Amino acid sequence: MSDKINLTLNVWRQKSPKSAGKFEEYEVKDVDVNSSFLEMIDVLNEDLTKKGQDPIEFDHDCREGICGTCGAMVNGRPHGPLKNTTLCQLHMREFKNNETITLEPFRSTSLPIVKDLVVDRSAFDNIIKSGGFISAKTGSGQDANSILIPKPDADDAFNSAQCIGCSACVAACPNASAMLFVAAKVNHLAKLPQGQAERKSRVKNMVLAMDKSGFGNCSNAYECEAACPKGISVANIAAMNKDFMKAGIFS
Amino acid sequence: MDLKSNIPEGAISEKWTNHKFNMKLVNPANKRKYTVIVVGTGLAGSSAAASLSELGYNVNAFCFHESPRRAHSIAAQGGINAAKNYCNDGDSVHRLFYDTVKGGDFRSREANVHRLSEISVNIIDQCVAQGVPFARDYGGLLDNRSFGGAQVSRTFYAKGQTGQQLLIGAYQAMMKEVNKGGVTLFTSREMMELVIVDGKAKGIIVRNLRTGKIERHSADAVILATGGYGNAFYLSTNAMACNVTAAWRAHKKGAYFANPCYTQIHPTCIPVHGDHQSKLTLMSESLRNDGRVWVPKKKGDTRDPKDIPENERDYYLERKYPSFGNLVPRDLASRNAKYACDEGKGVGPTGLAVYLDFAAAIERLGENTIRARYGNLFEMYERITGSDPYTSPMSIYPAIHYTMGGLWVDYNLESNIPGLFVLGEANFSDHGANRLGASALMQGLADGYFVIPYTIGNFLADETPGACNADQSEFKEAEQEVINRVNTLLSINGKRTADDFHRELGMLLWDKCGMSRNAEGLKEALEKIPKIREEFWKNLKVPGDSDNLNSSLEKAGRVADFLEFGELMVRDALHREESCGGHFREESQTEEGEALRQDDKFCYVGAWEHKGENKPQELHKEKLEYSAIDLAQRSYK
Repeated sequence: MSDKINLTLNVWRQKSPKSAGKFEEYEVKDVDVNSSFLEMIDVLNEDLTKKGQDPIEFDHDCREGICGTCGAMVNGRPHGPLKNTTLCQLHMREFKNNETITLEPFRSTSLPIVKDLVVDRSAFDNIIKSGGFISAKTGSGQDANSILIPKPDADDAFNSAQCIGCSACVAACPNASAMLFVAAKVNHLAKLPQGQAERKSRVKNMVLAMDKSGFGNCSNAYECEAACPKGISVANIAAMNKDFMKAGIFS
Repeated sequence: MDLKSNIPEGAISEKWTNHKFNMKLVNPANKRKYTVIVVGTGLAGSSAAASLSELGYNVNAFCFHESPRRAHSIAAQGGINAAKNYCNDGDSVHRLFYDTVKGGDFRSREANVHRLSEISVNIIDQCVAQGVPFARDYGGLLDNRSFGGAQVSRTFYAKGQTGQQLLIGAYQAMMKEVNKGGVTLFTSREMMELVIVDGKAKGIIVRNLRTGKIERHSADAVILATGGYGNAFYLSTNAMACNVTAAWRAHKKGAYFANPCYTQIHPTCIPVHGDHQSKLTLMSESLRNDGRVWVPKKKGDTRDPKDIPENERDYYLERKYPSFGNLVPRDLASRNAKYACDEGKGVGPTGLAVYLDFAAAIERLGENTIRARYGNLFEMYERITGSDPYTSPMSIYPAIHYTMGGLWVDYNLESNIPGLFVLGEANFSDHGANRLGASALMQGLADGYFVIPYTIGNFLADETPGACNADQSEFKEAEQEVINRVNTLLSINGKRTADDFHRELGMLLWDKCGMSRNAEGLKEALEKIPKIREEFWKNLKVPGDSDNLNSSLEKAGRVADFLEFGELMVRDALHREESCGGHFREESQTEEGEALRQDDKFCYVGAWEHKGENKPQELHKEKLEYSAIDLAQRSYK
């Protein structure tokens, strides 16, 4: 039937952070084109398990494109060929019969491989910890409507706040820079009146934490924006740089 | 044991205020001597961890995800309710309270719901202060929309990503405390056992999912904020890793499990497409603001929906419930979709779907307005199904979405095990037999930000800080139990995968204990589940080892607990010989086929006590009393 396809998968297998990895080839038959990419791997894994082989480890959870857990390089592109789409939302109708698909983890020294396609993104939590918040203690909020926020500013803040922390931006960047991730958070909070008090310390601390984690610099390749499943704009990076300069000069 | 709900004295609107004053306090200088364990970092867990640390307690926060921001609260789409009355449409704390008790089909604890409604307004203030980017109008004020089960607009939202924005707000508040040193974060840790010392919850045993190491952690109190059990059904809108393990482990250590048969079936999900489906995707209830639900009047009508003329369509919700129309509560919308499909009027390749049609709204408001309201949801629908909802109606079908049942807690959110507190979806307290839309986010944050910071102090004030340590025999014994269980799972070496057993259990539960239930089917399920469980422990195959990342092993442990829990859910459904909210017993319905409660027999919380392996649980009852609202048959006509 035309709604089933056969595929060859070339998958990066690596048992532990320190062991050597290599590509392994798998034939996958009769894939339902309406199934998602991760469901296709589920079927392969069920098969491998029954044959007594180790299934492929991959990160995933909500399978609705919002938790940011999933992600891998599909034929060299983070989350695969579809724009604004996480790996879990990629469906097999995007692939042709008898196609070969290469599957690798997001690669960067700051996001070390845990196993197979799973990477350690704790560096992202460390960056948020360093300043990605507004210090508003529980109970301290005034009436919500006493803070007026013009709609365009609220919309801008929301657009930056959509980041799901998946790290595709780092994987796409030739320098493994985390600038888009950091800038999205900096701008989300800098756009809002509530975020002004800590604006300077926030950008300085977050950029410092990013550098300490060993992420590279931005060289304007714009690959991050192209890979971002939430369509976060590189304009965030320019805005953050401006804030960072100001914070450095006037503080 | 008697179930003491510990509801404070006084008029309903004064209970919480009085209780806050009457509770004991812990001196600020003493708070730092106490350690509190928080398991789970969704809305309830993160907000609790942040707030308790701000007060000065030491908090150890655990999550099984690699980062606390991954918790499934993030997937909530539509919004969060609050009785702000910003729309001047007649809302009030009392109306939100009334709507929630009525929506829950008079099976929730009145005092808890009133407190929730009071706190709802503070939540919005807190979230805005944190920088949550709620939708705003052109004057810069907050915008609202309506949701099912209400006739006022009280839902605050951030496009279709409200849960994400609220969770990131709570996560950031917690990370701020991690930075200050008040919260210590333990990621990739799954709670495997609760540790009880002298009758009180004093710690947990966790497995480090990256290294496989089993760890012992002690504290002065334990908070579970570990979400619901919807994944017992295998296919649900829950994230893949959502599970009942933490709650079930606590249950087996003595915590009562309340109302497990109350499960919510969400009416608007993308229908099942095939055998290898791993989960179901929700389409926000907010779509019912502008979408019209219909099926063809003729059975087995396979025409393209565009070719079916108006007079051959049945807009059954508008027809049966003229005053609420497409915005009836979730249980009614779901059940009516099932009826339409049972009659043979379902659409799509499986016949298990109904249409949700936006043509009228697009004609009335223009495509751009609809795109602005629901653009991201329409895109998601098209990505998954390959069909464009701007030109063709969506196909939708109900799916398991939320679980109102959970561990029994008193008014202070403390279980019957002293020192064990349960927050958010993991407890049973506020939604009765059916939850209204946009109320889950409200409850999770109410529990974490504004209830537990007060009530835990009342408990800790009588405790000696640091009385236990993780080297005590109770901890070592619990650790050994966990090690044994992990080793057993790996050593069976049978032929079937954990997923395979899970699928079998899920289909059975959906079939016999899903949208509609009867005694015969439930009895059949009660016979079958122990057999599936027996085979599980003989014929399970778990690949790999225990000393590194092994998601098959994680899954097997969770399925093992679902196989025990599922039986309790069915037992509860069988005993409750009435229909209420999400629990529809075919034997108890009105002439018109609506749910018929039996208030004289079942106006209570059913809380089950574990009595030993493979023994039936014992039922305890907490009678529900309504002083501020009259018990009435629900009507949305």
